[in-house]
Amino acid sequence: MISSHMRLFGAVVALLLGASGPAPAQQLELKLMAPAAPGGGWDQTARSMQQVLVAAGVARSVQVTNVPGAGGSVGIAQFVNGAKGDGNQMMVNGFVMVGALAMNKSPVTLDQVTPIARLTEETQVIVVPASSPIKTAQDLAVALKADIAKVTFAGGSAGGVDHVMAALFAGTVGADAKKINYIPFSGGGESLAAILGGKVTAGISGLSEYEGQIKAGKLRALGVTSAQRLPGVDIPTFKEQGIDLVLANWRSVVAPPGITPEQRKALGDAVEKMVKSDAWKGILKQKGWDDAYLGGDAFADFLNKEIARVTEVLKSVGLVKS
Amino acid sequence: METFAALAHGMAVAMQPMNLLYALIGVFLGTAVGVLPGIGPALTVALLLPVTYKLDPGGSLIMFAGIYYGGMYGGSTTAILINTPGESASMATALEGNKMAKAGRGGPALATSAIGSFVAGTIATIGLAFLAPWLVDFAVRFGPEDYFALMCVAFVTVSATFGDSPVRGLTSLFIGLTLGLVGIDKLTGQARLAFGIPELLDGVEVTTLAVGLFAVGEALYVASRRHHAEEKLEPVRGSLWMTREDWRRSWKPWLRGTLFGFPIGALPAGGAEIPTFLSYSTERRLTKYPKEFGKGAIEGVAGPEAANNASAAGTLVPLLTLGLPTSATAAMMLAGFQQYGLNPGPLLFAERPDLVWGLIASLFIANGMLLVLNLPLVGLWVRLLAIPQAWLYAGILVFATMGTIAAKPSVVELSMLAAFGVMGFLMRRFDFPIAPVVIGLILGPIAESQLRRALAISLGDPMVLLQSPMSATLLGIALIALLAPFVLRGLGRFKANED
Repeated sequence: MISSHMRLFGAVVALLLGASGPAPAQQLELKLMAPAAPGGGWDQTARSMQQVLVAAGVARSVQVTNVPGAGGSVGIAQFVNGAKGDGNQMMVNGFVMVGALAMNKSPVTLDQVTPIARLTEETQVIVVPASSPIKTAQDLAVALKADIAKVTFAGGSAGGVDHVMAALFAGTVGADAKKINYIPFSGGGESLAAILGGKVTAGISGLSEYEGQIKAGKLRALGVTSAQRLPGVDIPTFKEQGIDLVLANWRSVVAPPGITPEQRKALGDAVEKMVKSDAWKGILKQKGWDDAYLGGDAFADFLNKEIARVTEVLKSVGLVKS
Repeated sequence: METFAALAHGMAVAMQPMNLLYALIGVFLGTAVGVLPGIGPALTVALLLPVTYKLDPGGSLIMFAGIYYGGMYGGSTTAILINTPGESASMATALEGNKMAKAGRGGPALATSAIGSFVAGTIATIGLAFLAPWLVDFAVRFGPEDYFALMCVAFVTVSATFGDSPVRGLTSLFIGLTLGLVGIDKLTGQARLAFGIPELLDGVEVTTLAVGLFAVGEALYVASRRHHAEEKLEPVRGSLWMTREDWRRSWKPWLRGTLFGFPIGALPAGGAEIPTFLSYSTERRLTKYPKEFGKGAIEGVAGPEAANNASAAGTLVPLLTLGLPTSATAAMMLAGFQQYGLNPGPLLFAERPDLVWGLIASLFIANGMLLVLNLPLVGLWVRLLAIPQAWLYAGILVFATMGTIAAKPSVVELSMLAAFGVMGFLMRRFDFPIAPVVIGLILGPIAESQLRRALAISLGDPMVLLQSPMSATLLGIALIALLAPFVLRGLGRFKANED
């Protein structure tokens, strides 16, 4: 009885609002968690979503909370336990969280959340100092096969996308990925200094982070991980150099466990509306993110495949004990 | 000469009334958030980013720079007055500054820190304008082995904060080093001493430790002493302003602090903490009034404060020339640049000189504004000390707790704050120095990961530490600083025998 009353009440409210406002979706009051400190990629994604969701009239209000810690392990634990069944909450996450959860032996996993959509991706790049004798990705492959320990890679945190990529590159060209000499730095800044200073053989990062240095001729890009050449980027892909390495640092948004199919659909629709808005396209351009929208079950499939691939790589380099 | 013309042009940009207004808003906000422990300039810039989206790039970047400089100022105010460093970079200031405030010399302490920050900020901004391209080359060549050697120098000088007993000082330092081990190991990604608590995976937050030990510990200690004799605080004893003597004792530490702060701040992994402590221990060694150290020596405030602000300007060197953000705030400013489709880096100076030089010029203006804003407030701030102790310390507890929750909303973080507070109380009660714990937490992890990085790059060959000229020189300095006191003492004995 109560629920039918509620439904009636809801219908009346919707009718009333329909007369004055554009759509009932206006009523969405979302809470969006960025499981990282302010400033990083996830935080920027969450704050961009906040801006666009409200500006495009998809949601009435969006509140962003930051729960930093351990590559998102702290955030997801709080999200899964605290937001269960709440159809008004979402969390931003991405590639890095997959590895972090595996390495931290987190009791909460990505199987527990409800996938909503993949939003963006960033292409990865391998660079060497301009003075390096290594000119192409094949040169690097030869060096790796000759003595893998002597090829030092600088990149982001252990088990993150850069690390996984170094291992995949070594494995793909036929070197022993177990023995890669990967040196994690905190943040792109420090690793860039190590590369420019010639302390390491090669560096790995998101393309946008090194683009300025590449254009200025201080770094040489050996290749990018996109499947095809990117418009406006004059760097060959690994694929066209005969190395089958395709990878992207993707970011996505998920909902809590235990929400109803209707709630899932409502959130999915809201996100779809957001990514189709001009405001979102403007943000992608501004931040240098590539649109990688993939919604619903297709995203769920993709997520499972990525989890399997990353976990296997991390096991092979010994970061995750099997 | 080209630089002068560019700078003059930048001044014209920064002097536009709207940009002056942005700078004023920035320094005001910065000072306010600097005073609150936990809410730093990085968080403020992050919150303002979406707001500034519609403003013009020049204006909002100028505002961000104002916040950055203002935060560095604000942090020292609470450090001096209530022994609660607003951020880790103001910790060294708290050591002598709070002692001065308790002796009724809070006015001169605040004044020397404000004027010292101004002097250092101005010199360092000049350095940014003229030396940036040269300095960045040096900074990029600074490899992991060189960082490790720099940490060795810093470790040797920690002893200046030990107080009377080296054994107690070393005990404190090792507590800090142990706390530094907590969390995910940066090089292998494995958890250490985290006991399965996810909040511990990122390690112990420096501000939580500092606020717990300094502020909460102090409040507990004062409460425990109530039944003995209530310590009467006189807000002002002697002059509220700096005397001629204070000026004489301050100007050299200001300059030396700047010399530490600017280059180390420009290093990609330099930070503001290390130069402040290096400056503190240098002043302690060079002072003509060694007896006053530990009881409120003005040199111990002037030097670290100058180093703190100079390092803030240093951080902008790699940000503007390379696009390297080396602090959380710099990372947010980078995001600010990108918001307008600008990529800081080697091309920015060439592509948008108006913006870069406008920013540099507005740093001069922000610095001047901060001085004007802060000096008249000194008289008001020291009135805080006239609040009855029970109220003042209750306020400090509320302040410390709120700041911690604002930075990391979690029960674990608050429990840590409480535990560190009790630890700070016990250490005070049993005469253990507090600063070495915090220094251990800051330096330990950096020294460890840089050494391991250096060894990973050299494939395990320790000679890499001596092959780099910079590293070899720094290790030499560390060795001399370590042995000199013993040798000098030996010589003294030798001379005594001769007589």
